[in-house]
Amino acid sequence: MDAFLFIDFGSTFTKLTLVDQENYKIIATEKSYTTVQSNVYEGYEKALSNIYKKTEMDFNITKKLACSSAAGGLKIIAIGLVPELTAESAKRAALGAGAKVIKTYSFQLNDSEMKEIKNSNANIVLLAGGTDGGNSKTIIHNARLIAKHNLKIPVVVGGNKSCIDDIKEIFGDDIDYYITQNVMPKLNTINIDPAREVIRKIFMDNITQVSGMEKVEKNISQVVMPTPAAVLKAAELLSEGTEKEKGLGDLIVVDIGGATTDVHSAAKGYPTKSSVVLKGLKEPFMKRTVEGDLGLRYSAKSLYEGSGGFLLDKYLEKTDYNLSKEINLRHNNVDIVPNNQRDRYFDEAVAKVCVDLSMERHSGKIESQYTPNGMMFYQEGKDLQNISYILGTGGVLVNSENPKDVLEVGLYKEENSMSLKPRNPKFLLDKEYILSAMGLLSMIDGDQALRILKEHIVEI
Amino acid sequence: MQDKKTIVLGVIGSDCHAVGNKILDHALTEAGFNVVNIGVMSPQEDFINAAIETNAQVIMVSSLYGHGEIDCRGMKDKCLEAGLDDVLLYVGGNIVVGKQEWKDVRYRFNLMGFDRIYPPGTSVERAVEDLRADLFKEHKAAV
Repeated sequence: MDAFLFIDFGSTFTKLTLVDQENYKIIATEKSYTTVQSNVYEGYEKALSNIYKKTEMDFNITKKLACSSAAGGLKIIAIGLVPELTAESAKRAALGAGAKVIKTYSFQLNDSEMKEIKNSNANIVLLAGGTDGGNSKTIIHNARLIAKHNLKIPVVVGGNKSCIDDIKEIFGDDIDYYITQNVMPKLNTINIDPAREVIRKIFMDNITQVSGMEKVEKNISQVVMPTPAAVLKAAELLSEGTEKEKGLGDLIVVDIGGATTDVHSAAKGYPTKSSVVLKGLKEPFMKRTVEGDLGLRYSAKSLYEGSGGFLLDKYLEKTDYNLSKEINLRHNNVDIVPNNQRDRYFDEAVAKVCVDLSMERHSGKIESQYTPNGMMFYQEGKDLQNISYILGTGGVLVNSENPKDVLEVGLYKEENSMSLKPRNPKFLLDKEYILSAMGLLSMIDGDQALRILKEHIVEI
Repeated sequence: MQDKKTIVLGVIGSDCHAVGNKILDHALTEAGFNVVNIGVMSPQEDFINAAIETNAQVIMVSSLYGHGEIDCRGMKDKCLEAGLDDVLLYVGGNIVVGKQEWKDVRYRFNLMGFDRIYPPGTSVERAVEDLRADLFKEHKAAV
């Protein structure tokens, strides 16, 4: 039997999905610990041999595609001019490419900031600044500084098009740079797709930096994108559908992980009320936000010590836990898996905090203002009140007895009526961890990927 | 040919009068300017941020609801702080409460750092004429 194999190198698990190429059915899924310390190939081989054992079938793998978030995933530094404008656009472009944005810089940089960038563990720098035909001083200054410090990582230039020739001259042969379209060609208009695509290509070419990836790459047709980008692709496909088949419409994907909680929304997010004025950057249809302080393991500590401590108390209800002990245990042992009711309950409470805060930060906000013409409203961000579906993914939800309870805390609340969170969506669950695999399959055959998604994503 | 000059246009404060804003946008674009329209209900910061990113030569503030004087206070200082020393500030509309002596109003806005101040009923042509005089030296010499 001919089959496709999709691989997701995660920071904890390497997940494999085997798909029958003729009937487009999932034959098997399997996971094994990712072995970044030694050689990523080991974990992959182990999972693969398990699949062979499990299926007891002979299949001929015709194509392997992989996505990866191993070794912390793709890390980007975004540079722009005004924090709320080009710097924010650059950040969103990087997030849309599936990257982790480790820091955002604005205005003309100084020497010590550039040193900080040079000493960081970023894989790519995204340099923006100025609308097309707009400010050129800042981006040229920053490009000179990059050249002066001889930055060794790839630089993606997505700024004022009028400066491109100057920047090419400044960078010459010393800097590994890639020119793409401006992330904000006109004021408040965000254009992230071209930069996203360039970032993905660089990611493909540079993936060998993660230990063991070189060997894997020879064996696998391609490591094509960071895992969050694959999840985003699957969400987009499930929402929009293909030419032949309709999608589900507006939806949100909440991905609760050990280190971050990601929220992806596929929705325009236009105002649902009248007399609303939209403020700030136009929102992309596919929007991804990443909360680096909200997670079940590595980020459990920042969650507890930061904004989530109070909420954790609220969601735990039972108080016989030693909170700081439980949190430290999870922070220090990132690969523990809860094996009893009590631990699961605690994990679910942490997950509720993740959902609550990440949905709050992802959703738009509305502010009322009295004017001589009566009450008017400003809306910043997306209005998600009428969204149809919330799709949950991640181990804590899959292993939960009532994943709906966890996702429900992300809904609109009367006491916080200015936050435009969903009011009455249906809930879905990625029970078999197939989102990233289907994001990969969509690169080969969108229709089949959509069909499998609809079949395997269950309503809860 | 010289590059088009850029104007950041908007209605300041809690003012939601959109019609005049659209007319100005259309007329100024027609007159050959690159108009960056930030729309109604815009705080000072939005004008300034827009001017920085777009490298604008002029910020043109409209106000129709009478609170313009309060809304415009401190705007020049913020421009200076943001490095927009050379950006011209224009303001027009019903910029003060009630009927006041125009001379006094103009003087107060001059003190606030505005370069051109227009009373109610000013034609767009007048503003276009002034823009050309302020932005193109050759034009200034000819008139």
